[in-house]
Amino acid sequence: MSGLSRRDSLKCMAFGGAGTLFALSGGVFTPIDLAFAADNQAAAARLGTPLFVQISDTHIGFNKEANPDVKGTLAKSIDLINAIPHQPEFIIHTGDITHLSRPAEFDTAQQLLAGLKASELHTVPGEHDVADAAQSEYFRRFGQASNNRGYYSFDHRGVHMIALVNVMSFRPGGLGILGDDQMKWLAADLAARASSTPIVVFAHMPLWSIYDPWGWGTGDAEQAMALLRRFGSVTVLNGHIHQIVQKVEGNITFHTARATAYPQPAPGVGPGPGPLTVPADQLASMLGITSVSIRRDQPAALLTDASLS
Amino acid sequence: MRANVWHSVFAAGALAVLLISPQRATPAELANAVVIKNFDFSPMSLTVKPGATVTWKNLDGEPHTITSADGLFRSGALDTNETYSFKFDRRGIYKYVCSIHPRMMAAIIVK
Repeated sequence: MSGLSRRDSLKCMAFGGAGTLFALSGGVFTPIDLAFAADNQAAAARLGTPLFVQISDTHIGFNKEANPDVKGTLAKSIDLINAIPHQPEFIIHTGDITHLSRPAEFDTAQQLLAGLKASELHTVPGEHDVADAAQSEYFRRFGQASNNRGYYSFDHRGVHMIALVNVMSFRPGGLGILGDDQMKWLAADLAARASSTPIVVFAHMPLWSIYDPWGWGTGDAEQAMALLRRFGSVTVLNGHIHQIVQKVEGNITFHTARATAYPQPAPGVGPGPGPLTVPADQLASMLGITSVSIRRDQPAALLTDASLS
Repeated sequence: MRANVWHSVFAAGALAVLLISPQRATPAELANAVVIKNFDFSPMSLTVKPGATVTWKNLDGEPHTITSADGLFRSGALDTNETYSFKFDRRGIYKYVCSIHPRMMAAIIVK
């Protein structure tokens, strides 16, 4: 075990699932078992001041067996977030807000998301959000933050947040890509920043290869990682695969969040990706949100996965 | 007179073809059909004549799209059992993918 770095051991712990907390201390994310925190206010208070919470894959409009009530499970997720004693200052949604990009689905999603106590919502589209023929519905509602490009960045409490889009361009027969224009923008966005700046990147599809045959990766992610590698703390948050998978590579921590809508099979298990129907009493444990916080007493961010069960 | 008779016979024949056409449309449409099942277009390569209308039907539980490589046609998301049609006027090879699952590739050949 002595050859195993701390990061490697953390990686093993992270697969534990239900409650894992990552504290960003000195620019390095470290996990602490946090299973006790969900229903324990005193423990929750120790999380400090939340920076933001990640919601993903709400798939409003989905109505099949794997979850006939995706509105209900999103509402539960919002209740869970609203119950955090120190409210997050903003929320990110990592895509697949809707199932079929239909206006009524976006309407319902926006009405539900308006119930969040946190007033700021930052989004990136999933492939299900830009599946309308004109690819206009998502941008009509959420395009303003990015001049309708979809990708943008902002700063919050010294953390540089970068929203990327990997669902609009693809290599036929291959994976979704960021594309040349976005890559140039990313290079320019990062160029003047100090390597000590904590970076959080969020995009819908994993920015690392989880299982390419199912499209669980991004064709040109490595180019983006090359731009990010010099930074001391990079956290990459994705959705799309509806389950927690984590990898740590150098200073870059990759993490995919649970969906609020329905689970999907483990990578490569079964005939293909898609909704996984589980016994009704197990569904809530496979849905959830991810919370990232910053502690006031030290420059530390905290990342917590919490299920709906 | 004889020429006129032939003319009438020809006209009657043309009329008969026109009358028959609507009844033949159904099998013709079926012949120009692509189904989507288990994350595949079937057939992956379909050959039709200029002017043919191709109809896609999604039989999967997951939504799919029909998105041409050159932007000529885009179906938007098709939910289970939904269909999309496009009329191909010109000869050519039209490659398309599902934009939700770009590993799904197929082509319509018009000749």
